[in-house]
Amino acid sequence: MLTNGGNMQSKVVYSVENLNLWYGNDQALRDINLKIEKNEVTAIIGPSGCGKSTFIKTLNRMVDNIPIVRTSGKIFYHGTDIFDKSVRLEELRTTVGMVFQKPNPFPKSIFENVVYGPKIHGIRNKKQLMQIAEESLKSAALWDEVKDRLNDNAYGLSGGQQQRLCIARSLAIQPDVLLMDEPTSALDPIATNKIEELIDELKNNYTIAIVTHSMQQAARISDKTAFFLMGELIEFGDTKKIFTTPEDKRTEDYITGRFG
Amino acid sequence: MDKAVNVRDIIKKNIKSKKNVTEKIMPKVFLLSASISILTTVGIVMTLIFDSYRFFSKVPLREVFSTRLAPLNANPSFGILPLINGTILTSLIAMCVAIPVGLTAAMYLSEFASEKRRKTLKPIMEVLAGIPTIVYGFFAYSFVTPLLMRIIPSLGAKNALSPGIVMGIMIIPMVASLSEDAMSSVPNSMREGAFALGATKLEVTFKVVIPAAISGIVASFVLAISRAIGETMIVTIGSGSSKNFTFDITESMQTMTAYIVEFTSGDAGIGTTGYYSLYAVGLILFLFTLVMNLIAQYISHKYREEY
Ligand SMILES: Nc1ncnc2c1ncn2[C@@H]1O[C@H](COP(=O)(O)OP(=O)(O)OP(=O)(O)O)[C@@H](O)[C@H]1O
Ligand SMILES: [Mg+2]
Repeated sequence: MLTNGGNMQSKVVYSVENLNLWYGNDQALRDINLKIEKNEVTAIIGPSGCGKSTFIKTLNRMVDNIPIVRTSGKIFYHGTDIFDKSVRLEELRTTVGMVFQKPNPFPKSIFENVVYGPKIHGIRNKKQLMQIAEESLKSAALWDEVKDRLNDNAYGLSGGQQQRLCIARSLAIQPDVLLMDEPTSALDPIATNKIEELIDELKNNYTIAIVTHSMQQAARISDKTAFFLMGELIEFGDTKKIFTTPEDKRTEDYITGRFG
Repeated sequence: MDKAVNVRDIIKKNIKSKKNVTEKIMPKVFLLSASISILTTVGIVMTLIFDSYRFFSKVPLREVFSTRLAPLNANPSFGILPLINGTILTSLIAMCVAIPVGLTAAMYLSEFASEKRRKTLKPIMEVLAGIPTIVYGFFAYSFVTPLLMRIIPSLGAKNALSPGIVMGIMIIPMVASLSEDAMSSVPNSMREGAFALGATKLEVTFKVVIPAAISGIVASFVLAISRAIGETMIVTIGSGSSKNFTFDITESMQTMTAYIVEFTSGDAGIGTTGYYSLYAVGLILFLFTLVMNLIAQYISHKYREEY
């Protein structure tokens, strides 16, 4: 039911409607409405604690792991409400990959990290796994650096390499969407640059939502920008427009750094 | 308004009056305390070695490593294999109980139980570890053995099975608690990484958490085995003192520890071979647990820095 077919003609991948979310009694997301379109990079910006992470973790229902979370509203993913009882979480997450703020490889070899997803979903054939690993590492622009040390522990890689490994790990199950929560905040400028180039490359095949604290990064890599403030979506639209002629005063204050 | 506190002056005054002597003597006192435990350990090991030497010089090795143990016979024989066999079999039975139950309990506590439930269950489980072993021994003899007799009618009143099981129950908290510690120290970000790939809770537990915590888990097994090998009361009461060499766990057998209990409670006259055999058994027992503890340390060190 969460197949790529059906609504493929429509460019809308995610349609979020009146989404509210509470941690216990604290409301973290308030009446969010937005659409994420195919093969676009959507940047999510806003001050610390405004709900950016919460929002993208709702898109693959990672927030379900937190017992006190309650939600209302709907999130349609290719036309299916992901909160519907018939939706299997594991199935949703195989088509919506996620990359975290801090690189979090498993304490296994580089190869085992990449093929972890394919393996748990039943691919056993050594040759197929090798092929998947190579393709994913190539897509994550890491292949050349690690091809001779696939059996080394992933923790021997640099931070930037680890993050690209985590991207490769997500790509290995051929998702449709990639969610990234500040994927470069733990990295130096060179590694950041690499990841940004990679995102530009990946958007040909994937739909990407990325949380970032860097205005320049949002401006450089995204097509659409969503500005959150205290759990509300203040403004959402073309990145160019948001960064040149924002409609809301608060957006302007934030992106120009005049925010109190 | 009070005058500002002149911290610098106060410090200057106090630092002079600080007793240099105390600073010098106290570390020596600490060293003395540390030495006491080290010296007693050395003393005990030396005694074990010297008195075992007397035993080994009287009894040929061929006899020591035989299966005939009859220390009080007119024609005595000091084969240690029945004791080693009894020790290993009861410990194995204990591990068959403690590993599966302890590990699954740890998995439940670390990965599935809510925070609130974990906080109530773990201390309760640890109380189990505080029960005196004599109570467990009594429990094996007067409760578990009669219960098992209904299933296995041929079971002896003294047997290896029942104390083995009870010993397993006794070390469940140890396995569960140490394994739980190892599993909950696996960073959450690793679990999230797997969840985000569509892994189920069980897959995360078995394919991420347990492999990442494996060194701590195995170390807990090894420490538990070492505990079972050294355990005395339960096997003395539950398994009796038959010195037969047998693999039949429904029969009575004697462990190394129980042998020492039997002999120190009366029968061995000082200077006899039987008396020195106690030291030999003690030494072998010590080597067993020492090796186990070394293995546990090695394992937990070797894999410590993996993530
Ligand atoms: N597990 C949680 N339990 C309770 N409250 C939480 C939890 N996670 C986040 N919150 C609260 O929800 C609000 C939004 O947090 P969130 O992590 O989504 O912010 P963010 O925009 O990602 O911030 P940052 O830029 O610092 O990462 C915050 O007020 C935070 O305190
Ligand atoms: Mg965040």
